[in-house]
Amino acid sequence: MTDLILETRGISKSFGALKASQNISLNLRQGEIHALIGPNGAGKSTLIKQIAGSLQPDSGQVFFQGQDVTGQTTVERARLGLGRTFQISALAMEYTVLQNAVLGALGARGKPFRFFSPVMRDTELLAVARDALEQVGLQDHAKTITAELSHGQRRQLEVAVALTLKPRAFLMDEPMAGLGGGGSKRLTGFLDGLREQSPILLVEHDMDAVFALADRISVLVYGQLIATGTADDIRKNAEVRRAYLGEEDVA
Amino acid sequence: MREIQLNAAIAALLVSVAFWAWIVDEPFFLTLCTRVAILGLAGVGLNIALGLGGLVSFGHAAFFGIGGYAMGILASHAQSYSPVMEWPILIEGTKSMPIIWLVAICSSALAALLIGLLSLRTSGVYFIMITLAFGQMLYYFAVSWPAYGGEDGLSIYVRNSFPGVNTLAPAPFLVICYTLLGLCLFLSSRLARSSFGLALNGARQSVDRVETVGLRPYTLRLTAFVISGAITGLAGALYADLNRFVSPTMLSWHTSGEIMVFVILGGVARLYGPVAGAALFVLLEHLLGGVSDYWQLFLGFMLLAVVLFARGGLIGMLVRREVSHD
Repeated sequence: MTDLILETRGISKSFGALKASQNISLNLRQGEIHALIGPNGAGKSTLIKQIAGSLQPDSGQVFFQGQDVTGQTTVERARLGLGRTFQISALAMEYTVLQNAVLGALGARGKPFRFFSPVMRDTELLAVARDALEQVGLQDHAKTITAELSHGQRRQLEVAVALTLKPRAFLMDEPMAGLGGGGSKRLTGFLDGLREQSPILLVEHDMDAVFALADRISVLVYGQLIATGTADDIRKNAEVRRAYLGEEDVA
Repeated sequence: MREIQLNAAIAALLVSVAFWAWIVDEPFFLTLCTRVAILGLAGVGLNIALGLGGLVSFGHAAFFGIGGYAMGILASHAQSYSPVMEWPILIEGTKSMPIIWLVAICSSALAALLIGLLSLRTSGVYFIMITLAFGQMLYYFAVSWPAYGGEDGLSIYVRNSFPGVNTLAPAPFLVICYTLLGLCLFLSSRLARSSFGLALNGARQSVDRVETVGLRPYTLRLTAFVISGAITGLAGALYADLNRFVSPTMLSWHTSGEIMVFVILGGVARLYGPVAGAALFVLLEHLLGGVSDYWQLFLGFMLLAVVLFARGGLIGMLVRREVSHD
């Protein structure tokens, strides 16, 4: 099917006796937000890493835009248009916010092997970077050193850097974590509009955001995908209630 | 004080000391200044790998020595009127500095490429050890290679020539070394602010980040390592010309350590750090070397103090780290 942007087919991964991913098949369609939820330790981050390319599955495949990318590196998948944000911010902490965004724009444009002209005067890259910062609301912090940002602002910057890549799909690992109520609402509104541009596979603990945003929700418990469906399906699903929602927070 | 002002002050100081030495006709001080410029240049090379790339290379003596031997081999053949090789192509020796520099740069860059290809697959303490091992391999090779003096090294009787310059006098040779140092400092400052510099320094701070935006840290680091080795190789050729002598000592791990000391003492990732570090080193060597044979003990204490209390080195003590907005 052509509107399947991202797909995993029977992915399994074990760490010793721990089965972190058990035969997981899920997909991301054009124009949707697909939320991946599950209690702590369910294997969400392990799954995200296998999709992004930083971890190899023991078996199963990852398809991106119809292409088998299982054997490809993080860099190759990024170049194909997979935009990832990290659960624990992976930003250049000594750089300014703007420099981080420019680094993203540089990665998207390619050709980093230019040794002479100042990159922070490259109007093309600056335009892309500034635009991305503005979209997430960080334009006033362009000159702030990244290490001085709050955790929430770092998440916003993660999203901004992913935006500079103009990816074909987003892989977002808890972008709301550390955001206050207002920031969380704002980012929710922003992601809502973003799905038209590129679909989002969203790992998130903020259930309000998940139920407000997600077209489909997949529930991961102990490395197994126990359900996939619309918000209503998931709310009604008895197994999900027992395994997950019941334990933490009955919506 | 801002860093750029401090850099200008350091440059002005080096030029005025040299000028003073020239006026009062003190060739010894001219030679000291030349040493500072050449050792500083070796450090400028290392600083690209170490400061910008975060690659702690303990094998930069390899490139320094290769540069030195490039000069020694070419010049010794020129002075004995024998070709370097006759087959498959005839290569004659030469006394021309520009050609020697070019050969020194190319051969040390090639060595850096080969060493980097293998050692950049490791990181951290393994990278330090593997670069050290490559350096020592070359050292022992030079020691046991009789064709060019082996352990005794290779003497060149007359300094090499540069078109239109009397390189036999200390002052013109100093000008050549200052000019090359200035040029490499300029190129290195441009590199630090270029696209490549942004990506390389980004990879030092977060490998994940750089990979996620679709850039390869390995390729960036390898390129940096090659540029770094090439500059240190050029410094090696100049150093051999200054002494009119090249020996395996240039390749030994002591030399790697000294180049690293210049960078750390002056300030890692600071443009003028290696120059300030080399100047301090040469100054201490001159002042304390006469007093005690154990002058390096004092150097050790200073290094300890810098590492413990002033991570930014000499430059870092005098100016705060600034944010580069452009």
